[in-house]
Formats: sequence, C-alpha cells, structure tokens
Amino acid sequence: MILKRFKRDAKGFFFEGLTLVSALIIITILIVMLVVIIIGGKSMFTWEFLTSFPTEGMTQGGIFPALFGTALMVIIMSIAAVPFGVITAIYLTEYAKENSVIARSIRFAVRTLAVIPSIIFGLFGLGFFIKFVGTGMDSAFMGGQLKWGQPNILWASLTMALLTLPVVIVSVEEALKTIPRELREASLALGATKWQTIRRVVLPGSYSGIMTGTILAVSRGAGEVAPILFTGAAYYLATLPGSLSDQFMSLGYHIYIMTTQSANVDQTLPIQFGTTLVLLLLTFSLNIVAIILRYRIRRRRIA
Amino acid sequence: MILQKIRTENMYLYYGNKMALNNVSISIPEKQVTALIGPSGCGKSTFLRSLNRMNDLIDSVKIEGNIFVDDINIYDKNIDVVNLRKKVGMVFQKSNPFAKSIFDNVAYGPRINGNNNKSELKEIVEKSLRDAAIWDEVKDRLHDSAMGLSGGQQQRLCIARTLAVDPEIILMDEPASALDPISTSKIEELIFQLKENFTIVIVTHNMQQAARISDNTAFFYLGELIEYNKTKKIYTNPDKKQTEDYISGRFG
Amino acid sequence: MNELKQKIDITKKKFRWSDYIAERIIKSVAFLSITFIVLIFFFVFRESFPIFNFSKDAEHKTEQDSSKQAQSNPNEIQEQYGVPAPEPEKQEQYGVVTSDTLTEATIQTSTQETAQQASAQPAKQEQYGVQTADDTSMIENYATSESKATEVSTTDNNKHALKTLVTKDWQPVSDNPRFGLLPLLLGTLKITIISMLFAAPLAILAALYTSVFAPKRLKEIIKPAIELLAGIPSVVIGFFALMIMASFLQDLFGYATRLNSFVGGIAMGLAAIPIIYTITEDALNAVPKTYYEASLALGASKWQTAFFVMLPAATPGIFAAVLLGIGRVFGETMIALMATGNAAMMGLNPFESVRTLAATIGAEMAEVVFGDTHYNVLFLIGSLLFIFTFILNAIAEFWVKGRLMKKIQGK
Repeated sequence: MILKRFKRDAKGFFFEGLTLVSALIIITILIVMLVVIIIGGKSMFTWEFLTSFPTEGMTQGGIFPALFGTALMVIIMSIAAVPFGVITAIYLTEYAKENSVIARSIRFAVRTLAVIPSIIFGLFGLGFFIKFVGTGMDSAFMGGQLKWGQPNILWASLTMALLTLPVVIVSVEEALKTIPRELREASLALGATKWQTIRRVVLPGSYSGIMTGTILAVSRGAGEVAPILFTGAAYYLATLPGSLSDQFMSLGYHIYIMTTQSANVDQTLPIQFGTTLVLLLLTFSLNIVAIILRYRIRRRRIA
Repeated sequence: MILQKIRTENMYLYYGNKMALNNVSISIPEKQVTALIGPSGCGKSTFLRSLNRMNDLIDSVKIEGNIFVDDINIYDKNIDVVNLRKKVGMVFQKSNPFAKSIFDNVAYGPRINGNNNKSELKEIVEKSLRDAAIWDEVKDRLHDSAMGLSGGQQQRLCIARTLAVDPEIILMDEPASALDPISTSKIEELIFQLKENFTIVIVTHNMQQAARISDNTAFFYLGELIEYNKTKKIYTNPDKKQTEDYISGRFG
Repeated sequence: MNELKQKIDITKKKFRWSDYIAERIIKSVAFLSITFIVLIFFFVFRESFPIFNFSKDAEHKTEQDSSKQAQSNPNEIQEQYGVPAPEPEKQEQYGVVTSDTLTEATIQTSTQETAQQASAQPAKQEQYGVQTADDTSMIENYATSESKATEVSTTDNNKHALKTLVTKDWQPVSDNPRFGLLPLLLGTLKITIISMLFAAPLAILAALYTSVFAPKRLKEIIKPAIELLAGIPSVVIGFFALMIMASFLQDLFGYATRLNSFVGGIAMGLAAIPIIYTITEDALNAVPKTYYEASLALGASKWQTAFFVMLPAATPGIFAAVLLGIGRVFGETMIALMATGNAAMMGLNPFESVRTLAATIGAEMAEVVFGDTHYNVLFLIGSLLFIFTFILNAIAEFWVKGRLMKKIQGK
C-alpha cells in the first residue's frame, strides 16, 4: 500500500515522511535518554542508596539527604504556591471580567512569570528574600545577628514557589473552566452567594485540577536547580535540615555538583547516574500522573 | 381579587448594543401558571431570567424600565439579589443537579441559609421531594449520587431543590424540553399541583404544553410582547394576526 | 416554613461578611502576581544598580581611603572577607561556614574555572574547598559575631567596570578585573542559533505531523511523550548531554573540544522542543477546519494543504513558538553550565567552548563578595536577561496574537 502511494505521490510521501521522521527523532532522543540513564543508574537504584548518607567525601554512599531536602523543599513550596495559585485562578475565572484590563494584566503577568529564566528567580531570591526580607528580619528580630539573611531552605522554597506559581494557576484555571456554567447558575438561583457557590460547587468540582497543578508544580520544583543555586542548596551537609533557617541538599543540585565540581568525576559516575535516575523517575512518575489527570479533566469538558 | 405578583413597566433589555426586549409591560397574577411562548430568539428566556436577575451574570446586559415583584422594584440599587433569588426560584432547561448525593442536592438551599439541623433538614428534604413527586422513586437511595438518576428524575430533583428554599415564585425555563413524553407529562402534572402554592412562570416552545398547563399566555416575537391574555382566549380567539399565525403553526 | 418566608427581606442589601472578606482576599492575592513581576524587576535591578552609581560613591571613597575604616551599614548583610590575594597555583578555594557548624562544615562550592582566568588552557580545574578556618584565599565568613559589618568601597572598580562592559574580555577575578559582556553575549547567541536550527524545524514538523497527518492512536502517543520531555528537569538533560551526547557527537564529528556550543545548543534544543511543539500545535489546531477542507475540496493533496495552507495560516503562532523557545534557551542555566565548556571565547566556530550569560551568573554568583563590582555585574546580566525575555514574551503575546486574530478572522 505504501508503495502504491509512493508511486502516486512521491512528493507527498517525502513531505509527510519528513514530518513523521521529525516526530520520530524527538521520540527517539527521549527514549535513548531514558534508556541510557536507566541502564547507567539501575545498579545503584537500591534501598540502601536511597536511605543512606554520602560517605568517603561523597564518593560512596547514598543520597538520602538530597532526597529528603528535595522533598522538604517541595512541601514548603507547595504550601506557599498552591493556595496562591488556586486563589489567583479563582479570581481569573470567577471574579474578573473576561476582557477587563485587570484580568488581562494578571494573565500577562502570569505568563511572564512562566517564561522568566529560572536563574532570574535565583537572583530575585537572593536580592529579595535573603538580602531584603532576611536581613530585615535579622535586624528587626535577631538584634542584627545573622540568621535569616543567608541562604536557607525557606528562601529556596519560596523562590521555587514563585517559579511554579504559573503552573498551578494555569492548571487550576483550566479545571475551573470545565465546571459548567449551569451549575453556578443553579447555585445562585437557589439564593447562594458568589462565595458560597465557589466554595460549595466550583471548588469541589475542581479538586482534580488542583491536584494536577500541585503535582506538576512539585515535579517542576523538584527538578529545577538554578533558582536554588544561591538561595539555599548546599553541597554537603552532615545533618538533615532541622529548621527553616537551615540549608539543604537537593537531588538536582547534587547531580550538578557531582558532575562538574567533584574531585574525581569518574569515580563517582555510578552515584551520578543513580541520582539522575532517581530524579528522573521522580519527575517522570509525577508527570505521568498529571498528564493522566489532565486528560481526564479535558474529556470531562467535552462530555 | 387576584393579586398581581410580578409586574413590568416599559422594560427594555440590551445585549451590548443589540436590543433583546422592546418595551415589555406585563402583570403576572399570583398562584397561577403563566406561559411565555414564541419562536426561539424572541426574548422569552431573556425576559424570564431578568425576573430573578440571573442576567446580572452577563456583563453586557443592560436593562431599562421597571420590574416589580410584590410591588418592590427589583432593579433598585438597594435590592439584595441573593435574597431575591431565594424568593424567586428557577428551574433550568437542562437539568443541572450538583455532583452530590440526592439528599445533599435538596438540602443545598437550606444549608446555605445556615440551617444545619439534621432532623429539620431531613424533614425539608422529604417534603420537597414529595412535593416534587419524586419521593417514592428515590427514598431508598437518598445518599446515592444525583448523577445516577434519569433525565426526568433529575429535572424533578431540581424542582425539589428549588422547593426546598421555599420560594414564592418559580421560574421555569423550558423544563421539559429535553425529556421524553412520559417524563414530560409527569412534570406537567407536577406544575399543575404546584400552582396551588406558587406563582409559576414557564417558558416553553411547546404550544400544546402551554395550552395544557397554563392559565395565562404571553406571546413574544422579536423582543416584543405581542399579546398577553387568558390562555383560553389566546388559543381560541387571538386578537393579533401574528399570534394566530404562530399558534396555527405558520411560522416558528 | 412560613416564618422563613417572612424573614426574607429583599429591600435592604444585606452585608455578608464571608463574601466580603473572600472577595477582598481573592482580589488582593490575584494582584500579587503583578506585584511579583514588579518586585522581581525591582530587586534584580536594584542589586545591579550600584554599578551606575559610581559618581556619588566617589565622594565616600576618599573618606574611606584616608581612614581605611569600614563603614557599617545595618541594612547590608554582615560580611567579613579578606581581599583576595593572587594565589600562586592559580587556584582559589573558598567555603561558607555557618558559625555553629564549624566542625561539620557546610561545604560550599566554588566554581572556579582556573583555566579561564588564566585565559589560555582549555581544560578547567575545579576544586571545592574543604573548609579550613585559616584558608588564606577568599573566605566569606557569615555570622562571625565579633565582626562589625564591613564594606569596602568598590567605587573605582565600578567606574572601571562600566568602561569594560563592552570589551572582549570577561575576567572578573584578576588584578585588573574586566567585565566584557561581548564574549558572553556572543556565546549565548551562538548557542541560541544552534539550538533553534536544531529544535525549531524538528518541533514544527512534528507538530505538523500530529495535527495533520498522524493517525489518532499515534497522536495519542506522541503528544504525551513530548509533554513528558517537557517535564524532564534541565539538569537531567544537562547530565545526558555531558555524559553521553558530548562523547557521541565528538566521535561523530571529530572536533577537538568535547564540550562546546554545538553540544550545548543541541541539548538546549531538547529543552526548547516541547515549548515550540506545543505552541505550534495549538496554532495549527486554531486554523479553522474550513481552510483545510476548502483546500482539499479544491483538489490539493493532504501534504500540499499542510505545507501551503495550514503552515502559512499558523505562521504568527509558530513565530511566537520560536520566540518563546529562544527565550527558554537564552535563559537556560543548568544545561549551559554542564555542557558548553564555560570558556568565554570570542570565536565564531561552533565547536569551541562558550560561556553564556545565564551560566555566568550560575557559576560565579556563589563565589562573589556580596556587594562588590563583580556581584553587581552579575545582577546586571540578570537584568538584561529579564528584560530580554520580558520583551520576547510581550512580542509573542501582543503582536503575534493580534496578527493571528487578523489572519484567521480576517478583521
């Protein structure tokens, strides 16, 4: 059949083939990347690797502190980003008039937040959270003693929250839009106020959207390194972060540091692959869950 | 003497620059069924939705003239729209139960009014469901999701939900248009019973239905109220030619 | 029930606290996203501002020079640092220590590319310092309680730095620091062009495939797969580029430097592909179905329709897609840090190492002294990146969208 078609329309076959090949190249690179990292890291992917501290000057041992630090960071980040994102999305869908200047400015701001390079967030975290807020807090509460005016997990998480805010807003907005107008009208016609309608009808209907947004934000936050480079990530810590003013280790930063800063790159190669595999699996599984959720939400809108 | 529950005076309604209702003046009597008929796009639904200010939700809508409910101008700037809607309930064309249990659907109105008393809620739910003639069908599965009901049952549930708020007026926007004949006749029967206690305004494109259930009929055409009279009179001896043409099926 | 009826009074507007508060909160929180943009702009710019401010500081300078006394400023971070002495073996070590963990020290990194500073050797030597308290090189010692905040005027440096901004030398750490942005800018442009040459055709053609040609089942595999690619952290792509792609491409093309703008460009292209793909696909799907059908009805074949009707109709959207792709590459930090070699060179050869603007910030911010010229210049680079991506986004948003609307709706 392909041959017949080839004879009939060689040009068409060529151009269609070109598009197909492009798609295949992208998929192939993706698969190769996955396979290489899985093969390289699978021998390290053990319970022990996940739960033990680095030893021997980080040439041996596991990645537990990095895993823990990443988890803690994304939790603090979510606590900050998700309520903000949900509320902004509610404003955009429920309160703002579709084409008002305010709504458009907010949308533009959100999209700008989404395209600002992540390193800029790092600079902002340093300039704002650490040097402005942190130092201000120190002189106000600590009598000038240095506690908050330096990189720590709180500032890193808040910086990351800012970065992931658009992710939450966009997902939640999309979910809120799938709630049929009829349901809002039904509630209002029963004498519910706008806020009652939002709280009792709109929000319960968009839990999956909020979940999707949170998962995507977590996945993004877990993988980003640039924003935490100088806001709180540490090269090596012998103890887990115990308070918000402690620094932390993170998976992504660990990979970066091990590949470029380590004294003996070859010797730590298995650890590098292992860490990359862990980070990849983490973000991947989160993304897959989010993609499935999102497709289900979209299907609901069509139905 | 029959009380006039709703009265409009020289009412105009615009969508942006487009006029949708042109100088509508009408009085709707208490505890009767008033049907609004006319071809689609004639403004009958728009008119209905302005009676409980649902049109407020659409930014581009502008209204001139006066609408009185119980002699209170409901477009006065001091009007509490939320309470107005408790007084003027609405049933929509497409049944729109919440994705909650049957019980929670009916209890929604009382709950947002701050009534959380379990036994009272139970009482209100049962009474509303009975009044909406659906109690026997759902009494054993009150805590199942309302989405599992059939279309006709869902619509009666929506009526029950409206009744639970205990309104004085019920607006119905083609409540049976999406239903099968059996469900439709059940709804019609229900409307007939409900008019004992409620003032009902119903939009329908089904003229037989209007003839069967209504006491008064208003015929809208291109945003204007062409004719308004006792249903019997409209269907047997209309004053206007347009009305006669429409009723005899010459257009629309 | 009748009591309830009596209670309903519609003639007076009832004040509902919960609604009022909810609305207030929601509105003000929503406004914050605009505030954030302003804050980001302000604070990134603020830290780079001193560099333009030398004339005012110059007065302070004499005062400081004569007295040689530190000025204390409570609003600044307390810092104590030694003036970096040139090291004999051209290696710098440094560590950051929090005061209460001196023994189990937080070992901070330094990303010292000695090679660059010596400006000749391609190989780079890196070391992280294991903290020793008497480290003779640059020590930043936070929280040393006895220290008064000290600030050394960097005025003359600022004056000097401003002059060197448009030179070809990026040598921020030397006796005669030069902050020439040209090699960084050139490096960034090189990477951007390479990555776009790689990513844009692939992503656009792939989008064309999924929106016009692909059977439904294949579409449902390709689209989520590319979404997954979007979800891969850039540090993982960087790792892949550094560990596997670099050697593979070197074997393939046989160039000398393993990490160069070519490898970096391809790797960044991988990061840009999902963005370009997604927006292009949206743009293609927004082309009215009638265009497609009309073209087929006129006897055009499917591929002719795709290339001569669909693609042109979606041009503004594709343009926006590429713009946002460029924005992504321009500001990408981790891949640049890991896969480009990080040498600030001026050559046009794609197989030479380069250093991008973003990577420079990422690599050097950790080692600078807060508040000195180098620090300010890094923030200046940040401001440039911010302004650049902001403008790109604004163009993509307003100009392109306007054109798209015009084109499709014929207004």
